[in-house]
Amino acid sequence: MNQQLIRKYYYGDIPEDKTGGNIVSKETKTDWPLWEVFIRSKQGLDHKHAGSLHAADAQMAIENARDVYTRRMEGVSIWVVESKYITASNPEEAGELYEPAVDKIYRHPTFYQLPDEVNHM
Amino acid sequence: MSALIDYTLHLADNTLILGQRNAEWCGHGPVLEQDIAITNISLDLIGQARSFYQYAAELKADGSTEDSLAYLRTERDFKNCLLVEQPNGDWAQTMLRQFLFSCYQFFLYQQLQHHTDTRVAAIAEKSLKEVRYHLRWSSEWVIRLGDGTEESHNRMLKAIDELWRYTGELFIPVAYETETGIKFTSLKEAGLNNIRIVFNEATLPVPENVYMQTGGKTGVHTEHLGFILTELQYVQRAYPGSEW
Repeated sequence: MNQQLIRKYYYGDIPEDKTGGNIVSKETKTDWPLWEVFIRSKQGLDHKHAGSLHAADAQMAIENARDVYTRRMEGVSIWVVESKYITASNPEEAGELYEPAVDKIYRHPTFYQLPDEVNHM
Repeated sequence: MSALIDYTLHLADNTLILGQRNAEWCGHGPVLEQDIAITNISLDLIGQARSFYQYAAELKADGSTEDSLAYLRTERDFKNCLLVEQPNGDWAQTMLRQFLFSCYQFFLYQQLQHHTDTRVAAIAEKSLKEVRYHLRWSSEWVIRLGDGTEESHNRMLKAIDELWRYTGELFIPVAYETETGIKFTSLKEAGLNNIRIVFNEATLPVPENVYMQTGGKTGVHTEHLGFILTELQYVQRAYPGSEW
């Protein structure tokens, strides 16, 4: 029994037919979904994507994120979202999506003379 | 003074032995995230053990150090409760052991943070945040497994059958605990009440009229502690005084 429980899979590497550490029956077998983790490193800053992990539910995802991504004081707030809810742009469409901006340097506000008194621009 | 030393060692031994047990999961957790979670808890507990051992060594003032107290005492000197030395078993048994201990520890430290000995009070207060998380994390696992599949539910039942007999000892004061000022009746009441709430949500029964094993707090242990110490103390025994 123990041998089954201590079987180890690395994250992102779980074969589909072997999820749940082989301990659940075929009928109820479900893969733990993947979650994306966003960490706010300190108050006032944005949440930044930190990585992803597996968890059975949102609560477990928060706790896993706390243990995996904030154990060295990296964060004060955690967001998690199931990866399947993230819609990503298609790399094959990069040409039409991003390249038209390349030759429009006038969109950068670099053509203004700023007074010396204005800091942090 | 002697009672305070013994009590401080008892608190240290509890956390060292459970920390060592949880550390046995390192690299063997069912999934990476839980592997990290249980070893984080292990490190928290060993951190608490260090604080208590350091204080006990100061009180003893006989040349003892935190290392000599952890590595050079034998089974009969160890004062940890029987619960923490029980084998990991499966994940359910490890989760239940953690839950039962964290629950006890949570209500105990709440009292200890007002202890007349300011050093014990300070360690308890500092550790309480960690314990609060351990309790939350292990409660969720007890509920998840108890109210999960038939397989996980049965494993929790088996774990309760295995471990419940070691919970009675926690609430029966031994000689060195009588002057600590701990209110054992309210400790037991609060602990059991919390267990009932969690077990109820987990659809697990709270056992009644179980014969309770005692002895750990006075150095009379189950056969498991010797094996734990053999592994824990091996390096210091084989290479006395060695350092990293």
